[in-house]
Amino acid sequence: MDHLLSIQDLTAADITTILDTAAGLKDIALRPIKKVPTLRGRTVCNLFLEDSTRTRISFEIAAKRLSADVINFSAKGSSVSKGESLKDTALTLQAMGVDAIVIRHAASGAPQQLTRWVDAKVLNAGDGWHQHPTQALLDLFTIRERLGHVEGLRAAIVGDVFHSRVARSVCQGLLTMGAEVTIVGPPTLLPPRVDTWGAAVSADLDAVLDKTDVLYLLRVQRERMGQQFFPSSREYARIWGVDRDRLARLPEGAIVMHPGPMNRGVEISADAADAANSVITEQVTNGIAVRMSCLYLLLGGEQATA
Amino acid sequence: MTLTGARVVDPATGRDGVVNVTVADGVVTAVGDQVEGRRVDLDGLVLAPGLVDLHVHLREPGREDAETVATGTAAAAAGGFTAVCPMANTEPVCDHAGVVEQVLRLARDAGHCDVFPTGAITRGLRGDELAEMGAMAALGVRCFSDDGMPVRSAQVMRRALEYARTWDAIVCNHAEESTLTDGAQMNEGELSTLLGLAGWPAEAEEVMVARDLVLAHGRGARLHVPHVSTAGTVELIRTAKARGTRVTAEAAPHHFTLVDEAVRSYDPVYKVNPPLRGKADVEAVREGLADGTLDAIATDHAPHPPEQKEQEWVHAPPGMLGLETALALTLTELVDGDVLTVGQAVAALSTKPARARDIDGHGGPIAPGAPANLVAFDPAQRWTVDAQVLHSRSRNTPYAGTTLRGRVVHTLLRGRFTYRDGALA
Repeated sequence: MDHLLSIQDLTAADITTILDTAAGLKDIALRPIKKVPTLRGRTVCNLFLEDSTRTRISFEIAAKRLSADVINFSAKGSSVSKGESLKDTALTLQAMGVDAIVIRHAASGAPQQLTRWVDAKVLNAGDGWHQHPTQALLDLFTIRERLGHVEGLRAAIVGDVFHSRVARSVCQGLLTMGAEVTIVGPPTLLPPRVDTWGAAVSADLDAVLDKTDVLYLLRVQRERMGQQFFPSSREYARIWGVDRDRLARLPEGAIVMHPGPMNRGVEISADAADAANSVITEQVTNGIAVRMSCLYLLLGGEQATA
Repeated sequence: MTLTGARVVDPATGRDGVVNVTVADGVVTAVGDQVEGRRVDLDGLVLAPGLVDLHVHLREPGREDAETVATGTAAAAAGGFTAVCPMANTEPVCDHAGVVEQVLRLARDAGHCDVFPTGAITRGLRGDELAEMGAMAALGVRCFSDDGMPVRSAQVMRRALEYARTWDAIVCNHAEESTLTDGAQMNEGELSTLLGLAGWPAEAEEVMVARDLVLAHGRGARLHVPHVSTAGTVELIRTAKARGTRVTAEAAPHHFTLVDEAVRSYDPVYKVNPPLRGKADVEAVREGLADGTLDAIATDHAPHPPEQKEQEWVHAPPGMLGLETALALTLTELVDGDVLTVGQAVAALSTKPARARDIDGHGGPIAPGAPANLVAFDPAQRWTVDAQVLHSRSRNTPYAGTTLRGRVVHTLLRGRFTYRDGALA
């Protein structure tokens, strides 16, 4: 694996390897000393050019548990008009000899562009509306851990799919692993030609609930209201929000997922978020193991063959 | 001097055959078997009226780091052009006589090709107050456009079309309904969805073209539709022409050679506005050129310096170079693709754009008394585009490394070589 840019670049076998490796690494968190020397002497740069605390911290912990040296480079926005260009930043990191760059960027495609300018391994930690592969991997890990398998499960991804890199990545990951996916939301928040994704599409959440093993809710940004994607958060919550009543209509054993941060009261009610079949905090925990796995396979794997 | 042995392709007279052309004092003096004066051997070459580009960006005044009138017209001469029409979106905007005069003077001083500036429709391209078209028309401006900035108000557009009739001038509106393209980055479709880039829907172009066609028809005014990119737009123009609307239209080489798949690379060299479309749209644009719905091939030559293009896709400005590859792309893609004959190709690159913009003395005929604005090209020569040796100041061509057929050998402006034996004269 040269880089981790998109979940679409991974086969089912690749994903299984990453998840199996993550399962082995997860136990490190249970030890009194949560650290292994695997990536000692390797330098990982967290290049976060879009605000993100959760993902950055998750990657930082993951790298540190593998004993990598971690440097954090944060800046808001990136363009010639706003300061140093992405290319110059990349050339600087290249000159400093970092081994891996974990990049979060508001611009779709920025991680792919970065690979042209650096020799370091590039991990996409979220780019624009495009991809967030480690989120999809940690979600698959969580599903597999909770339900034992992914193949054959029925998943519904609900909400603002249009503006969501998570939705794209999770949908593609689920399909690769053999799950059935239904995309649910107001037609204005579904991407054009979503019919080509290989998933079913529905505007009617209530019609799919009782056929759903994995209910995946997406964050709905309130600013979308001003852009006429939907009239009000109240109406959104009424038609596509998940509350205790809708939760009760899921089949026995179904789980509720959310990539965070949640808008309690919009896409998910507070009691639904905290319900027993919600695995939202487990997703966060598993994120560290999955990111350790990705760093290990990208950096350690190379070392092993060198 | 007599240009001998070339296959003369002149759509204005319908001539297509080997014949000698004698030039003296800047004009064609004879077409036939004669050899008078110095002999310039053009055996194996095609001799055609100099190419005419209705849509270029020379960037001067204001963005001389991207292109100047001198470098842009040098690129034009190297591409076989004898006339180009620079757009008004300079800094300051070409919305008054002063900028028109400046551009004309710079072009005259450079001497590479004739320049026919397009004036702005509205002051500062802001879309609200009409620019002083009369002062610009007095300097020979025949077309007005707020290129890149659509005239949003139907009322302003209607007034502009009506007012321009004073000179029977042409209004060219950037066809983009901007309320449908907020933040748009690429053709809307399956691919924009996968790549996470905001879509630029075909409807945004078609809604605007439909509005403008209706307005122009109602006013009996002349409309020019720039860079047609969708099948729907081609159909709208076809229908309008059939009902007698006074409309002309152009297509850019990238819209008949490239598709949105290229965006997968996230290389902003492929970012243009309107965006690269799907295969069906490319086919429709080709058909539009073949049946004459689209009159002209115009490059939308849009130079940008490397630091502007080497950015994240969303930050990079749209636009690509066009002048030095247009003829070869037309021959390689449209003539070899059996879309156009060589005569039709020359018509779309020269004769028809000259007529669409009332540019006398260009686009043929190649006949006694006519100015000797000519291009000689080798239709058989294959060459590989090298961005580093283009005459433009910028390098943003997506065709770097592509091998094309057909190379300009000489360009003559009023009988004087501006490009000779493959080099600037």
